[in-house]
Amino acid sequence: MEPTNDQDPSYYHKVVDCQWACPAHTNVPGYIRMIAQGQFDDAYMLNRESNVFPGILGRTCDRPCEPACRRDRVDGQPVAICRLKRVASDLKGDISDRLPVIPSKKNGKRIACIGSGPSSLTVANDLLPLGYEVVMFEQFGKPGGLMRTNIPEFRLPDKVLEDETQVILDMGVDVRYNTPVTSLRALLAEGFDSIFVGVGAPRGKELDIPGRHDEVDSHIFIGIDWLESVAFGHVSSIGSRVLIVGVGNTAMDCCRSSRRLGGTDIKVMARRPREYFKASPWELDDAEEEGVGIIVNHAPKRFVIEDGKLIGMEFDVLDWDPGAKQSTVLRTVIIPCDDVILAIGQENAFPWIERDLGLEFGDWDMPVVDKATMQSTLAGVFFGGDAAWGPKNIIWAVAHGHEAAISINNHCSDVDLNDRPPQGMNLVSQKMGMSEWSYHNDYNPSPRQKMSHVELTKRFESLDLEVELGFSLEQTVHEVQRCLNCDVETAFNAPACIECDACIDICPVQCLTITSNGDEADLRSRLSAPALNLDQDLYVSAPLPQTGRVMVKDENVCVHCGLCAERCPTAAWDMELFDLQIPYAASANFIRIGAMSPSGASRS
Amino acid sequence: MPSITKPLIPLSPLPKNDLGLTIRDYEGQMSTLCAGCGHDSVTAAIVHAFWELSTPPHMIAKLSGIGCSSKTPTYFVRGAHGFNSAHGRMVPIATGAIAANRELTYIGISGDGDSLSIGLGHLMHGIRRNVKLVYVIENNGVYGLTKGQMSASADIGSRPKKGEANVLAPIDPVTTALSLGATFIARSFSGDKEQLVPILKAAIAHNGFALIDVISPCVTFNDHEGSTKSYKFMRDHEVKEVETDFVPIRTEIRAKIPTDGAIEVTMHDGSSVRFRSVPEGYDPHDRMKVEEYIRDRQSRGEIVTGLLYVDESAKELHELNATPASALAKIPYASLCPGSAVLASMQEDFR
Ligand SMILES: Cc1cc2nc3c(=O)[nH]c(=O)nc-3n(C[C@H](O)[C@H](O)[C@H](O)COP(=O)(O)OP(=O)(O)OC[C@H]3O[C@@H](n4cnc5c(N)ncnc54)[C@H](O)[C@@H]3O)c2cc1C
Ligand SMILES: Cc1ncc(C[n+]2csc(CCOP(=O)(O)OP(=O)(O)O)c2C)c(N)n1
Ligand code: SF4
Ligand code: SF4
Ligand code: SF4
Ligand SMILES: [Mg+2]
Repeated sequence: MEPTNDQDPSYYHKVVDCQWACPAHTNVPGYIRMIAQGQFDDAYMLNRESNVFPGILGRTCDRPCEPACRRDRVDGQPVAICRLKRVASDLKGDISDRLPVIPSKKNGKRIACIGSGPSSLTVANDLLPLGYEVVMFEQFGKPGGLMRTNIPEFRLPDKVLEDETQVILDMGVDVRYNTPVTSLRALLAEGFDSIFVGVGAPRGKELDIPGRHDEVDSHIFIGIDWLESVAFGHVSSIGSRVLIVGVGNTAMDCCRSSRRLGGTDIKVMARRPREYFKASPWELDDAEEEGVGIIVNHAPKRFVIEDGKLIGMEFDVLDWDPGAKQSTVLRTVIIPCDDVILAIGQENAFPWIERDLGLEFGDWDMPVVDKATMQSTLAGVFFGGDAAWGPKNIIWAVAHGHEAAISINNHCSDVDLNDRPPQGMNLVSQKMGMSEWSYHNDYNPSPRQKMSHVELTKRFESLDLEVELGFSLEQTVHEVQRCLNCDVETAFNAPACIECDACIDICPVQCLTITSNGDEADLRSRLSAPALNLDQDLYVSAPLPQTGRVMVKDENVCVHCGLCAERCPTAAWDMELFDLQIPYAASANFIRIGAMSPSGASRS
Repeated sequence: MPSITKPLIPLSPLPKNDLGLTIRDYEGQMSTLCAGCGHDSVTAAIVHAFWELSTPPHMIAKLSGIGCSSKTPTYFVRGAHGFNSAHGRMVPIATGAIAANRELTYIGISGDGDSLSIGLGHLMHGIRRNVKLVYVIENNGVYGLTKGQMSASADIGSRPKKGEANVLAPIDPVTTALSLGATFIARSFSGDKEQLVPILKAAIAHNGFALIDVISPCVTFNDHEGSTKSYKFMRDHEVKEVETDFVPIRTEIRAKIPTDGAIEVTMHDGSSVRFRSVPEGYDPHDRMKVEEYIRDRQSRGEIVTGLLYVDESAKELHELNATPASALAKIPYASLCPGSAVLASMQEDFR
C-alpha cells in the first residue's frame, strides 16, 4: 500500500468515529473531556459551534454517532454521547457573552428564510454574525418547525426549545409569524439577495382504504397534523382505545401522546416484523414501558364504520418470509377502537413554487438540489433540511443549514459556490512527561450508564412532564470516562523508528505490526491480529529506516491508551490531539485569506 | 515505566489456543524496563511461544539471576511458578528444581553479565549435566542494571557511550557451548520474532539443556554508533543462512511440507524441527563443522543466527541418573527417604 497521507485531515477525522458519523461533525471527545473537567459552558459552546442546538439535540438527536462509536466495538456499548450533550446543556451557566457578536453595521445583503425549523435557524445563526439581514417567514405563530409542532414536550421541554431558538432570533432575525409564503414568484420579486427554503416535509401520508372518508365525526387523524394540534392546544383528549398505524418515530410520539390524553388501550399496528421497524430502538422501549402494545404483521384493510361512526379497523394478518421479503395473508381480524392515528410517513409539498421560474423539479416531484452547494437550479435559491431530499432529522437539517450558509455567503460575494473553504486540522502533542499525558489514557471498564425515567405512576399526569431525568453527577463521572479519546491520535514518524518492537508488544489490542509491505487484502491477513473490519482503515507508514519494512496500524479497536507512545524509546509514536477545523460561513473569508498553505493542514 | 497497566479489552478479537486461552493470559506484570529495551521483545516472544504451544501456565517454572534481563520473568506467564535467584546462581537453583520435579517446563532467563561473568561456572555445569532447561541469554554486551559497564560478551573495539573502546576478547556463549558439548545451541535477535519464536518452541521441546543467545540491545547504554550490540549493527551484520521451522506434534499438514533436501530432526516429544535452509555442506549435527562455519563468518564480521546445533540423542540429567519416571516431588516421603537403616545398608555395599 502507499504510505497513508496523514496530512489530509480526513484520515484522522475518520478515526474519530463519532465525529465522522455526525452530519455536523460535532467534536464529541472534545466536549466529553470538557464535561469531565466540569467545564460545562465550554462543552456547551463547543457543541453549539457545530450542532447549534445542544439542549434540543441532547434529548432528541437521532444519534448516528452512537452506533459508530468505537466503544461499541470494544465492549459492545457505545458511549452515551447524546445524554452527555444534555449534561452540558443542563449544567451550563450563562453563555450569552460567548455568543457571536452581531455587527451593527450590516453588509447590505438581505436573505429570506422560509420556515423557522432547525435548517432555517442554522442559516440565520451562521449569516447574522457576518452582517446579513435575515427575514424569516413562518406560517405558524411560533418558531422551531417540527421541533415545536411535532416533538412532544415530554421529550423536549418547551423551555429548552424556547431558549435555543430565541438565542438565534435575538441575533436580529426579522421573523414574520403567521406568514405563509404562498408564491415564490412574489417572494423573488421582493429582491432578496438569496432565498433559503427550509419548509420541511409538511404533508402526512394518507391511507386510502375503504371507509377512510365515511365518518360523520372525525376520529381518523393524520399523525403529524394531530401532533401539531396537540402542540398548539387544539386537541386535549382522545378516546380510550387508540390504534396507531405505522411504526416510525412519528408513531412513537403519537402513541405516547395518546397515553397522556386519555388513551388506555393503545396499539401500534405494524405491517412488518420488528427487524424492519423505522423507529429508534430506544423510542420503542420507551413506548412499551408505557404500556403501548406493538402488534406486528398486521396490514390495514379497511376502516369499520357503523352509522357514520368509526368502531374499528380490519387488518390482514400476515405471515412474513423475511428471506423472500414476501408475505402471505393468514386471516383477517377486526380490532375495535375509538380513534385511529395514521403515522405512515411524511411527504414534501411545494404548491407555492411556480413551475415556470426555472427551478427544476425531478423525480417524485422534488426540487433538483445540488448535494454539495444546496442550490436549486435557480441561482440564489437554496434548499435544506427535510425540504431538500425528504424527511431526515434535526442534525441533518443543521448540517444542511451550515452548507447553505456557506453557499449563500459565496453567492452574495460573487465567489463560485464550489470554491468552498476546505477542512483543516491541528495536531498537538499531548506529552507532558516521560509517561504523562494531558488526557486520561487509562481504560475504564464501566458499563454504559442507564437513563432514569420519571416513575410510571407520575408520568401521565401532564403532557409536558419530561420523562428522562438526565444523568446524575455520578453517572456522568462514569460515562465520560468510557470515552476512548479517539481524537488523541497515534501519530507516527517513520524516520525515528528503530524497529525495537516495543509498541507492537505493548499494544493491548494487537493493532500494530511491522512487516513487509503488500496490497491491502494481503496486509490485512498478515497483521498481529487479523484486520477484519473493512470499514476501518489501515495506517501504513513510509518504509522504516533500518529494514525498509512498514509500520501498519489497524485503526479498528485502538483504545488510544498511548502505551505505544509511552514504550517508544525514540518518540516515533506520539499521542497528538486532532482538532478538525470545520469551515463555516463565518470562517470562509478568514480561511480564504489564509489558504496559502495548500493542504490546509498544519502540524505542531 | 508506563503510566497505566495494559488494559484488558473485552471485545478485542483475540484468537484462543488449544486450552482456550488468549495470548493475554500468557502475559505478566507491566515491564519496568526502559522503553525500547530488547529484553521486552524477548519477553513477548516467550509469551508467543508458550501461548502457541498451549503450555498450561501452571506447568511452567521460570527462573533467573540478577540483571535487567533477569527481571523479565515477572513480565511473562503470570500463572507460572518462578524463582529469582542470586546473581549468576540460576543454574544451581534450576538444577535442584528440575531434579525434584521433572514434570514442569523450565525456562531460565539470564544476561551476558549474569551468565558469562559471575555465573559462567554454573552455566558450564548446567551444560555438562544436560539439565532439561531452556536457557535464554539476553545478550546486550553491557551490565544494563548497573548502568552500562562493558560485559564479558563485549567485542574488541566496541565503544561504550563514553570512554575507551573495549580491548578484552569476548566470551562467545555459542562457541563456548559448542566446545562444552551442549546439545541445543541457537543464536537469535530480539528484533526478529519470526526467527526467535520457533527457536524458543524447539528449545522447549528439546530433551536437555537448550541454550539460546539472543542479541537484545540495551537502548539506554549500548545502542549508539560504535556499539556492536545495537539494533542497527545487528541489522547490518546478521546472517540468517540457517533457517528452521518448528512443527508441533499434532500438525496434520505435516505430510504436505516438502522435505526434499531439508534436514528434519524429530524431537523427544514427537514434534520436529525442520531446517528449511542451511548453507552448502552445513550439518546441524556436526559440532566441528558448525563451529568452523561460525568462526569463519565471525572473522568476516558477520553474526550468524538461527538454530545452529542440535543433538537429540544425548541423555538429559534424569536419564543420566536413572531417576524414576514420575517426579521425585510426588513420591511419598517414606519411599523417597527410606531412613537411616537403608542408608546404612547402602553404605555397607560400598565398603
Ligand atoms: C413526530 C416527529 C418526531 C420527530 N422527532 C425527531 C427527533 O426526535 N429527533 C430528530 O432529530 N428529528 C425528529 N423529527 C424530524 C425533525 O423534526 C425534522 O427532520 C426537522 O425538524 C426538519 O427541519 P427543517 O428545518 O427541515 O424543517 P421543519 O422542522 O419541518 O420546519 C419547517 C417550518 O417551515 C414552516 N413552513 C412550511 N411551509 C411554509 C411556508 N410555505 N411558508 C412559511 N412557513 C412554512 C413550517 O411551519 C415549519 O415551522 C421528528 C419528526 C416528526 C414528524
Ligand atoms: C553478587 C553480585 N555482584 C554484583 C551485583 C551487581 N550487579 C547487578 S546486575 C549486574 C550485571 C547484570 O548484567 P547482565 O546480566 O548482562 O544483565 P542486563 O542488565 O544487562 O540485562 C551486576 C554486576 C549483584 N547484584 N550481585
Ligand atoms: S469512544 Fe469517545 S471519541 Fe471514540 S467514538 Fe466513542 S464517543 Fe467518540
Ligand atoms: S494507543 Fe497505541 S498501544 Fe494503545 S491501543 Fe492504540 S495503538 Fe495500541
Ligand atoms: S538499562 Fe538497558 S538492559 Fe536495562 S532495561 Fe534499560 S535498556 Fe534494558
Ligand atoms: Mg547485559
